Amino acid sequence: MSTTFWIIIAGAVATYLTRVGGHLVISRFDHIHPRVEAGLNAVPAAVLTTLVAPAALSAGPSEWAALVVAAVVSLRGGLMAMFLAGAVVLVLGRQFVG
Amino acid sequence: MAVEAVSENSAKSDFWDGVRLSMPVVVAAAPFGLLFGAIAVDNGFSVFEAALMSALIFGGASQMVGIELFGQHVAPWLIVLSIFAVNFRHVLYSASIGRRIAHWPMISQALGYFVLTDPQFAIAEARAESGRSVGFVWYMAVGLPVYVFWVIESALGAVFGKLIPDTHALGLDFLLPIYFLGLVMGFRKRPLWLPVVVASAAASIVAYKTVGSPWHVSIGAIAGVLLAVILPPHHSGVETKP
Repeated sequence: MSTTFWIIIAGAVATYLTRVGGHLVISRFDHIHPRVEAGLNAVPAAVLTTLVAPAALSAGPSEWAALVVAAVVSLRGGLMAMFLAGAVVLVLGRQFVG
Repeated sequence: MAVEAVSENSAKSDFWDGVRLSMPVVVAAAPFGLLFGAIAVDNGFSVFEAALMSALIFGGASQMVGIELFGQHVAPWLIVLSIFAVNFRHVLYSASIGRRIAHWPMISQALGYFVLTDPQFAIAEARAESGRSVGFVWYMAVGLPVYVFWVIESALGAVFGKLIPDTHALGLDFLLPIYFLGLVMGFRKRPLWLPVVVASAAASIVAYKTVGSPWHVSIGAIAGVLLAVILPPHHSGVETKP
């Protein structure tokens, strides 16, 4: 079997562990240390930011415009609205600016 | 007889109530399913692998992250770790929803946790908070349509993605950062959000320029999490919870 296949299998096992693990592990503790909980709360924003920041830095005007518009839309609209707004700006920018 | 008929009727109405609630999620997830399939193929996955990943992981954001890192030729263990990291929030959903479904048979619970996505959690918690019981039929009626459409859309996106001639003009290579920015913005009500984002952004950019990809992901993420751990708890808002 290919490496890709095993990445998918391992990723699936890891994902299932997160979905069943909270119930199996965390419900046994009456109390989670506040610092641990603060760290857990920070995980999604911390991981996802690393996938945006370097990409944004090495991009051009079209990409920057798309990110700015998407960020502004996300303050009011949902994920879908912000995503479509950013995508439209990006595609238009690449057609006309390059 | 009468009792049986009544319980059969309520199971039926539970089922359709669940399907009805799943529809907005099915619609909202559709573009991302198609997008995932197209990007997966663009990053070197086959159509089968794209569909398999959707069928076995069933977590949009983590699949996008996995595909992005795969395209950057990141070490396999780091891809798996990143999928785990992005999905780690489910631990909290699991701990919370576990109280609602602990009375189900073990196999049913095992299936229930498999489809525990963000919208699934939100919809099930809302029902529990309104005082109604979270039954297996209702719960799976919410989750299964989302699951089936997600896998089909991923396969369609993968097939269609191969036919797109100029992916750069369509912006396929930069749609993911926009999508991830949306997810980052979605967490902005959390305590310490801005400091964590600034720390992770700065650390990942510095690491990207010095150590190089893929380590900027881990280094940036650790910087943000460490900041949240180190700052006094009264800043992180966790001690106010019961």
